[in-house]
Amino acid sequence: MQAKDIAELLNEPACTHNKKEKSGCARPKPGATAGGCSFDGAQIALLPIADVAHIVHGPIACAGSSWDNRGTRSSGPTLYRIGMTTDLTEQDVIMGRGEKRLFHAIKQAVDTYSPKAVFIYNTCVPALTGDDIGAVCKAAAEKTGVPVVPVDCAGFYGTKNLGNRIAGEAMFKYVVGTGEPLPVPAELQRPGITVHDVNLIGEYNIAGEFWNVAPLFDELGLRILCTLSGDARFHEVQTMHRAEASMVVCAKALLNIARKLQTDHKVPFFEGSFYGVTDTSNAFRDFAKLLNDPSLTERTEAMIAREEAKINAALDPWREKLRGKRVLLYTGGVKSWSIVSALQDLGMDVVATGTSKSTEEDKARIREIMGDKTKMITDGSPKALLGVVKEYQADILIAGGRNMYTALKARIPFLDINQEREFGYEGYSGMVELARQLALTIQSPVWPGVRKTAPWAKTKVPGVELGA
Amino acid sequence: MAEILKRNKALAVNPLKASQPVGASLAFLGINKAIPMMHGSQGCTAFGKVYFVRHFREPIPLQTTAMDQVSTVMSADENVILGLATICEKSKPALIGLPTTGLSETQGTDIKRLVRDFYIAHPEFAHIPVVPVNTPDFTGCLESGYALAVKATLEVMLPEKTDNVGKRKKQVNVLAGSFLTPGDVEHIKELIEAFGLRPLVLPDIGDSLDGHLTEMESSPLTVGGTPVSDIASMGESIATLVLGNSLFDAADFLKSQTGVPDYRFDALMGLEAVDSFVLALAEISGKPVPEKIERQRAQLQDAMVDAHFMLGFARVAIAADPDLLYGFSRLVTEMGCEVVAAVAPARANILESVLAEQVGIGDLEDLEIAAKRKGAQLVISNSHAVETARRLGVPLLRAGFPQYDLLGGYQRLWVGYRGTRQSLFDLANLLVEHGHHEPEPYVSIYAQRTGESRATPASGQTH
Repeated sequence: MQAKDIAELLNEPACTHNKKEKSGCARPKPGATAGGCSFDGAQIALLPIADVAHIVHGPIACAGSSWDNRGTRSSGPTLYRIGMTTDLTEQDVIMGRGEKRLFHAIKQAVDTYSPKAVFIYNTCVPALTGDDIGAVCKAAAEKTGVPVVPVDCAGFYGTKNLGNRIAGEAMFKYVVGTGEPLPVPAELQRPGITVHDVNLIGEYNIAGEFWNVAPLFDELGLRILCTLSGDARFHEVQTMHRAEASMVVCAKALLNIARKLQTDHKVPFFEGSFYGVTDTSNAFRDFAKLLNDPSLTERTEAMIAREEAKINAALDPWREKLRGKRVLLYTGGVKSWSIVSALQDLGMDVVATGTSKSTEEDKARIREIMGDKTKMITDGSPKALLGVVKEYQADILIAGGRNMYTALKARIPFLDINQEREFGYEGYSGMVELARQLALTIQSPVWPGVRKTAPWAKTKVPGVELGA
Repeated sequence: MAEILKRNKALAVNPLKASQPVGASLAFLGINKAIPMMHGSQGCTAFGKVYFVRHFREPIPLQTTAMDQVSTVMSADENVILGLATICEKSKPALIGLPTTGLSETQGTDIKRLVRDFYIAHPEFAHIPVVPVNTPDFTGCLESGYALAVKATLEVMLPEKTDNVGKRKKQVNVLAGSFLTPGDVEHIKELIEAFGLRPLVLPDIGDSLDGHLTEMESSPLTVGGTPVSDIASMGESIATLVLGNSLFDAADFLKSQTGVPDYRFDALMGLEAVDSFVLALAEISGKPVPEKIERQRAQLQDAMVDAHFMLGFARVAIAADPDLLYGFSRLVTEMGCEVVAAVAPARANILESVLAEQVGIGDLEDLEIAAKRKGAQLVISNSHAVETARRLGVPLLRAGFPQYDLLGGYQRLWVGYRGTRQSLFDLANLLVEHGHHEPEPYVSIYAQRTGESRATPASGQTH
């Protein structure tokens, strides 16, 4: 990938903070950098497409410590969970055999696993030696008759966020628009309900959490053409251009694909979240608004009223346990405000939130929801986080898995909110799970135990020991 | 002697291999107040970090030189110097490990020169040892990266030849291989101490990654591990115990620099292997084997007798880094099992000694195919093999890296008489639980039972 292509990806007109200096321009500081690379971001964005063979082209480090470690779920094919890599050897690198190996690797994957498509993730070493993965993909697609999509995402191109964009770009360039959706079967048509086709962009179905929400889409007559990329199939991605509306679910990462669907295919989009009662309801309202169908609006409001009543009753006992508990939230981007609203739904008090990955718009939204007194944290080092926990007397740290042991080592209750987590929190029913997990850690009887010094520690007073 | 089968396919499927820089980092994580910094793109470090965090369930100090597009194309030398200076300034480490990655190696970095340049540019940090090590991920695996880092550490910390053998009369060096868990290292230290000796373990992940809460709430460096000041005194020990064939190269260096005699062990699982280890301790210390250890040995023998019914003729498939693969092949063979499938992620000297007909260099797909063909009854491998074992319909004993779906897997004791005994119990239990094959129930066609299905004469022969 050339520098100008990267620059173009960093320029996202749909982002309100786009006019500021590009985050990609700030070079990471050696010796003081955390976070993943572009390959990481691209893989995260696309790996959940379940019937695709995902091949990592490079030596072992990229796939070796990253395959099979995400919480994303599929309702059908499990091909995406098979780790595949060209595992380049020294000979490949020195003799320039990478392209040849890649070609045969694609063929092998197609022969063994009959995937619907093959995605090739380019990594640092072949990017540096100059493997032309675009050409190899093209040749392999011709040879095998299976679509082969190059995702040029070498780690040194930049951050995880850039990787998300590269992934979106690859989907838009090679996949979206190459297939047509099937018509809605006549027996699934219900009187008075017009079926609308929609997309969800940036929804990853972590721990199957989207299945909390999916039945409501069916109820309202919203057919999800494609979820990019949780529990998605290759064919669904091909048909995204036929949707009537898109929702961008997770941060700004895949905003580029939503924007391009809008400009090139007239698919309008909005940004929202399924975390929390309020946001879930708002997401459905926004769909109804964009789709401009009075019957849908009416049915949406009825559904919201019913679900909110039901969930509020279910949450009441949990609110008793959680009311007034103080939360330090440290997570990136859109989650910094979408989770806030979920926590406020539970009566909790978010005393500080991380904003190092948030956009200006996100920050504005945080202020809107939480008021000006909330501390915004930009330094995410363990020491700084623990300092804020103490200063603001937080009862719990909510953050990504990377920070879990920061909290636990300091004997502080913790909730994992990122992609490796084992529990789904989306939708109305997800709130009960969220409340349960919060109460589970905050109220756990282990905390006094692990903070207690040994009983003999007290008795060990200075002085002369008595003889036996 | 096992026949080594070369990798024969273009695509690795369900990789068994973890990279050399990850292995090197692990070795540095066994040194007190240290931090590894990988010379590569920030993803190399991020993936390595998540890998270890999920395995050990511990915060893992790991940094990166954060090569970006400009430094990848132009030069990343400045990244190394800046990165080292930043860490020295911010965290005041006792040691920095500096493994290279595929990216920096392909670029052609001269990592040793860069460390010299760093000291010239920053004489104020001359007291902080930096250990550079070439660990591209396009060769080797976790085990070889770890071994290279151990050797590189010795090279930096023991630059001069010395002649002080035995100056510390009770001190015994232990070069601990990557097949050992923190629980293993702990137990090995206890065994050595039982002979009145003082173990100096390098690297000591038993002290840094054993998972314990401390007064200190957070640290940017390792908490525990081999004290850096101790490493320089390795030349004054009376003996060196080398645990794992992969470390023999590092051991050669240690011996040539210091003259300390060494005792080398390929494995520490199984009666025979542990016997030679304990015998060596008795020799070194000149003391009889303590009663307690004798008892542990007798307990193991008892377990061997109990477990041999379940383990005899059992067909076992093993996929692991070479030393661990060898150790398990010995352990199960000693019990009458047959290793029907053996896979290692990369070549190593020890592989020819693995007690199996063939050892494949490959991945978990290779293991699965071989295990299926030979009708394996049990798989020994890491957590990635969960799906493999499920598809094969056999139980999995989790061992090696990574184990992210098993609490406590990181610290499990495998070695010594005690560790071996528990392994035998677990192996036997897994096999029993997953069923031996009894005949299908057969109801005679003449049986006078109404309402029950019975055999048809034709189906009587088929099973």
